[in-house]
Amino acid sequence: MAAPFKFELVSPERLLLSAEVTQVDLPGTEGDFGVLAGHAPFVATLRPGIATVTKSGGEVVKIFVRGGLADVSPAGLTVLAEKAIPVSEMKADQIAAEIAVAETAVANAIGESARQAAALKLAQLKDLVGSLKAA
Amino acid sequence: MASLKELKNRIASVKATQKITKAMQMVAAAKLRRAQDAAEAARPYATRMAEVIGNLATGFAGRDDAPALLGGTGKSQVHLLVVATAERGLCGGFNASIVRLAREHIRKLLAEGKTVKILTVGKKGADSLRRDYGNLIIDRVELRGVKSIGFDNAADVAAKVMALFAKGEFDVCTLFYSRFRSVIAQIPTAKQLIPAKIEATATPATSGTALYDYEPGEAEILEDLLPRAVAVQVFTALLENAASEQGARMSAMDNATRNAGDMINRLSLEYNRSRQAQITKELIEIISGAEAL
Repeated sequence: MAAPFKFELVSPERLLLSAEVTQVDLPGTEGDFGVLAGHAPFVATLRPGIATVTKSGGEVVKIFVRGGLADVSPAGLTVLAEKAIPVSEMKADQIAAEIAVAETAVANAIGESARQAAALKLAQLKDLVGSLKAA
Repeated sequence: MASLKELKNRIASVKATQKITKAMQMVAAAKLRRAQDAAEAARPYATRMAEVIGNLATGFAGRDDAPALLGGTGKSQVHLLVVATAERGLCGGFNASIVRLAREHIRKLLAEGKTVKILTVGKKGADSLRRDYGNLIIDRVELRGVKSIGFDNAADVAAKVMALFAKGEFDVCTLFYSRFRSVIAQIPTAKQLIPAKIEATATPATSGTALYDYEPGEAEILEDLLPRAVAVQVFTALLENAASEQGARMSAMDNATRNAGDMINRLSLEYNRSRQAQITKELIEIISGAEAL
């Protein structure tokens, strides 16, 4: 069995999860990546998506994260997410609300690059909805 | 001397007031607990965020290609002041002290010939700044009806600030709020948001020494993070403000309850005195009437 390491998931409102885990799979901006114990120090931005956390006991938790940052340091992994909701607690209307937020962000964005970034987020969210429905 | 009936009414009304202030104090105490818990819960995110940004920003220190949010626009002509106050009064000097600090800054900046723009958060600050500097207020955010401040409220405020910055409407942004020290001490504070002030983080053991890999690049991450850091700082400030407001209201209402108690004592004493005086007067009338016979 893989060695455990410390994982913390923090949102601005509270510390959501702090546990010993064996593996965490995260949706990075440039592709999904997995983190195991002893990973090299690494900082990556996240796109909206599902983080899969395997706890030391073997229990698997799936959490929706939006807009965040993963910080892998020798001390462990910290994910700073603007929003994080466990998939099991997620309702269809919450996803709809997320998409509405993204859509207004696209509408309000100032400047071409900001608009593109917002549009990308929206597309990523819609992808996510598709994969959630399929699951 | 007020008549007996008048005194009785006064006492009844002060008693009613005392009941209200007592209830408000207890409500504030309960809300204070919740606000403090919220502020406590938000701390890990803010500290981690500051750490990561601190790490990234030290690499950019003094470089020309640093993002504008970090390096500033190179000028300090136009100042944006974000003044965060409460939605409601009856909380002692809470709103007044924040506004006073903001006002001092405005006066100083205007004297230096700078341009000042004001963004108010909360109704009370807008109301009292409107009198003197109404023409400087460019926007106002009201949090009326917001039960507990969520990150989205702060993100809204930050989005307004960021939009103004993107349009080049200001060079320096400062946030005014009240830091919560204890129930009796709330410290009005000014905090510079843009350009970002990086506090040197002394965390060599955890991250400072390690060589980091960045994905995408350092600059991209920093650009993604800095706007979010502004939102986080606004959020922290709003939470501190909420705790301070309840703390201030609690002690103000405690004072008011005590004052009402004193007043009731004084009025009851006066009431009893005049009641006795009246009884004595009536007795004298009866006796002298009987003697005359």
